[in-house]
Amino acid sequence: MHDSIKESLTMRSTSAKREFRGKFLAMFCTTIIIILVLSLIGFIASKGITIFVSDKVNIIDFLTHSIWSADKTDSQGRPLLGALPMIMGSFSVTFLATIIATPFAIAAAVFMTEISPKLGKKVLQPVIELLVGIPSVVYGFIGVSVVIPFVRNTFGGSGFGILAGTFVLFVMILPTITSMSIDALKAVPRHYREAALAVGATRWQTISRVVLRAGAPGLFTAVVFGMARAFGEALAVQMVIGNAMLLPQNLVSPASTLTSVLTMNMGNTVMGTTANNALWSLALLLLLMSLLFNTVIKYIAKKGTLK
Amino acid sequence: MKKAKTIDKIATGVIYVMATVIVLILASLLLYILGRGLQYVNWHFLTSKAESFSAGGGIGIQLFNSFFLLILSMIISIPIALGTAIYLSEYSSNGRIASLIRTSIEILSSLPSIVVGLFGFLIFVINFHIGFSILSGALTLTVFNLPLLIRSIEDALRSIPNSQREAGLALGLSKYETVIRVIIPDALPAIITGLILGAGRVFGEAAALIYTAGQSAPPVDFTNFNPMSITSPLNLMRPAETLAVHIWKVNSEGLIPDAVAVSAGASAVLILAVLLFNLASRYLGNFIYTKMTGNK
Repeated sequence: MHDSIKESLTMRSTSAKREFRGKFLAMFCTTIIIILVLSLIGFIASKGITIFVSDKVNIIDFLTHSIWSADKTDSQGRPLLGALPMIMGSFSVTFLATIIATPFAIAAAVFMTEISPKLGKKVLQPVIELLVGIPSVVYGFIGVSVVIPFVRNTFGGSGFGILAGTFVLFVMILPTITSMSIDALKAVPRHYREAALAVGATRWQTISRVVLRAGAPGLFTAVVFGMARAFGEALAVQMVIGNAMLLPQNLVSPASTLTSVLTMNMGNTVMGTTANNALWSLALLLLLMSLLFNTVIKYIAKKGTLK
Repeated sequence: MKKAKTIDKIATGVIYVMATVIVLILASLLLYILGRGLQYVNWHFLTSKAESFSAGGGIGIQLFNSFFLLILSMIISIPIALGTAIYLSEYSSNGRIASLIRTSIEILSSLPSIVVGLFGFLIFVINFHIGFSILSGALTLTVFNLPLLIRSIEDALRSIPNSQREAGLALGLSKYETVIRVIIPDALPAIITGLILGAGRVFGEAAALIYTAGQSAPPVDFTNFNPMSITSPLNLMRPAETLAVHIWKVNSEGLIPDAVAVSAGASAVLILAVLLFNLASRYLGNFIYTKMTGNK
């Protein structure tokens, strides 16, 4: 017998159906993200290891030799692929830019959180937000039209080189480090400061011995984030670094970074050739460095949470 | 005692100076770009096509391409980002799967944009045979844009108090209906702010595009609305150099005699667009909220 009441009671309601569909959609989108990340790493890794697998390039040689010319071979018939000039270039611009930017960033963060929050919020905060938003090619253009002539006239050489790259990256990572440092210092509980002031510390003593110490893990994270950004920046650096695949002799001689070589040469080599595959190895190196920065940030976050 | 006070004064002074230096850097940056570039910006510059070897070219097609790519990548990425953000903030418990998703998003957001661009080149341009095209560019920008969007939408959803969710459930709505009808409308101003900030970032992106959307801007006929025609601006398969890529290319190739003028003008336009996105993100969110709720 057909029982419509029983049917309507045991049937899934429209609401339940919608819920099922909605949850499915949300999970579907989430799956896309995971697949995306896995395939990104997978594809770049599989292209990046080609020269080590099929051309038998030695990984140690790849990282420590300084001659990059895929059409020449060494005594064992392996292509000459030494990425040291690019690795050196990338690390030098990253470290130099970070070393200059960090004091400024922390000073700005201290200014905003400890010294004059009012003025900081009115002037410094919007300034930093705007700096974050400026596209990297604009920094590159300023590098070419202002920084290069400045370096050339002050330090000699052609102007293109690590020093110019450092200046451009300094301005680029400054807002990143600053805004994260502000968050780090804001997270330091107020009673730490009050305790320090109550025992007679001056403001600077409070800042240097209490606030900066307590905020140190957050500040480290900020610096590592800045380094990651500097290491991965491509176009702005490529425009001012000079693009010579040689070991940098000094700070004003033309050099290259992993990103600049990728930017310049990916279009000039034919897919599937050794020269092209070697570029994918550089891309893999860049990817691995980015994963490393990520791991360091996670590690600091785990170790250094304020208790 | 006295020494500590002196040090305190010196340190404060130094910090003031450093903070001022940062403000000065930005001020001089903006003044330089606008002061140098705005003199070249006129109607002709904004609408005419770029020249390859001679002076006097404009940025018309590049400007259109930038906006077209931005809109297209937003259309693709907003639904995915929204779905993921809903899952993360409403459905996932803090288990292993949630931490896997979070790690994936962190990895994606920390990748250098050139790596994302090369991935797009490998997958969309070569493996899917889409070629250097608007579609490849938009898909790559989606990869680049997703982590940022997800994070801002998730933050927006999480900032809605739990009582709103309970109220929805108490009315007999399912969880999903609560999210769609109660939580998202409430979080809309914050979501829109996040979207516009993301848009500003996408608009200025170049490294992810040079090997996906291409570095050439073939002439298009703005009266041709047939999306299948190669000269139509709406064609998805044509190579499309954007404004940001144009600045890079003009500077690094230097084939046109007025490279400095063109890139100064284009930089000024780019900066103005970014400033506009910034202002819009601040005001539009609040404006929509006021409109929707009728509150003053």
